[in-house]
Amino acid sequence: MALILDVLVQFVQLALVLSLAPLLTGYIRKVKSHLLRRRGPSVLQPYRDLFKLLRKEVVLAENASWVFRVAPYIVFATMLIAAALVPTFATGLVFSPAADLIAIVALLGSARFALALAGLDVGTSFGGIGSSREMMIASLAEPAMLMIVFTLSLLAGSTQLSSVSAFLHGPEVGLRVSLAMALVGLIMVAIAENARIPVDNPATHLELTMIHEAMILEYSGRHLAVIEAAASLKLLLYLSLIGCVFVPWGVATAGQGFGAFAVGLIAYIVKLAVGGFLLAVFETVTAKMRVFRVSDFLGAALMLGFLAALLLFVSQSV
Amino acid sequence: MDRLVLDVAHLFAGGLVLVSFLLLYQDRMFGLLNTFALHALVVSLSVAWQAYIQLAPHLYITAAIALVVKAIIIPVALHRIIVRLGIHRTIETVVGIGQTMLAGIALVALSILVMLPITAEAGTLAREDLAFSLSVILLGLLMMISRRNAVSQVIGFMSIENGLILAATAAKGMPLVVEISVAFSILIALIVIGIFLFRIRERFDTVDVHALERFRGEQL
Repeated sequence: MALILDVLVQFVQLALVLSLAPLLTGYIRKVKSHLLRRRGPSVLQPYRDLFKLLRKEVVLAENASWVFRVAPYIVFATMLIAAALVPTFATGLVFSPAADLIAIVALLGSARFALALAGLDVGTSFGGIGSSREMMIASLAEPAMLMIVFTLSLLAGSTQLSSVSAFLHGPEVGLRVSLAMALVGLIMVAIAENARIPVDNPATHLELTMIHEAMILEYSGRHLAVIEAAASLKLLLYLSLIGCVFVPWGVATAGQGFGAFAVGLIAYIVKLAVGGFLLAVFETVTAKMRVFRVSDFLGAALMLGFLAALLLFVSQSV
Repeated sequence: MDRLVLDVAHLFAGGLVLVSFLLLYQDRMFGLLNTFALHALVVSLSVAWQAYIQLAPHLYITAAIALVVKAIIIPVALHRIIVRLGIHRTIETVVGIGQTMLAGIALVALSILVMLPITAEAGTLAREDLAFSLSVILLGLLMMISRRNAVSQVIGFMSIENGLILAATAAKGMPLVVEISVAFSILIALIVIGIFLFRIRERFDTVDVHALERFRGEQL
């Protein structure tokens, strides 16, 4: 009976991330519109877009192979699993032994691999540019992410997200400059990975500098819907990751009953709202950088990760 | 309590290494000056914390000197020099920022690997601070060799001095007179460098020190 209940809670989390992700995207667009003194579309617009795209016919390029047709589902599936593994309102759920930080990085990497293949598959020049740029970003963002993971696991003694979150919530954390560096590095990686403004502009199809949109330019209908949903899930995933690791307050632990879960849920939604608001403000006040400066930006994230791990190494070995 | 003392000292010393990296990352003149002021501010905070935990009131004077001279006077003076020289655009770097950062990471790793074994008998705080101050010094040297602009070389030189202060306060018992004389010699150095900058500028129409290479005796 208890097991059934636990599995049920896990599936509630799965449904929660799936249903909240488009709302988060819509909310960020709304805040950005308000900052530009526009009214902007309703926060529910991404849901309407998704449902409309799902009903539309798929137009395939003549020389599209099976890779092109399968890739959206791979991207969506890996992203959904990864988003369901990150603790949102509660830690220590049934799947949390699998919620390893390295596993999440690997899941995100396989999603990226599938999308880059799909971008190359049709053979248009835009897809190729998008894929090659995505890989350039990945070659710096993934090591940076892994260095941040190493920092966290050096500190917490585990790569499991539940125990990292519990450790950072606990009293023995202390004041660590490494954690601040890891936070800044993780935010930079999150901005690059989600194709947000200093790196890529999510709102345009017109620039030659686009990255993510260039890869998915050939997609239509339900394929596009699935990819859009995966992109919102990715944003939600990074916000939840930052929330559960660096702002672990209010997260319920398993077996605390439904009162704690309700508190955790409210805390989670507040965290998402604050994070999304900050992201929208940041995107409004910064200008997009040239593609060739992205390597400097991500190099700084990588440097922060390295430095955080080194400083932690010193303070633990003296 | 003891944990907190160590953690705050670690925070300031680690923050100083981080700000040294920010100095390497800056490619604008005024950004570089602001970052240098931040560097001096972190040093003075670190020294003040050492004064508090070592119960050494004369270190507060060191902190105040660092704050007033290096966080306020020197940046303002350099700011004026830059405006008068009209060079407030980008800095030329010898190698790219990415490679400089990687070299900096390697230097930090090196200084940790060197310092931790040879200071095995010292206290925790002193070991950590010595390792970090050696990194700050090496990063300052790296900055001096990777920049061609004379003003950024001056800032590299000043950041080395900040690293030395960090080392001296961590090692317990630097006499006040030493610190005062060092602070004044830094000010004198600033004046000399300022005059020197204007002289280079007058003669070569640039503050790029590579213009001086033609005048080295060996190449005659």
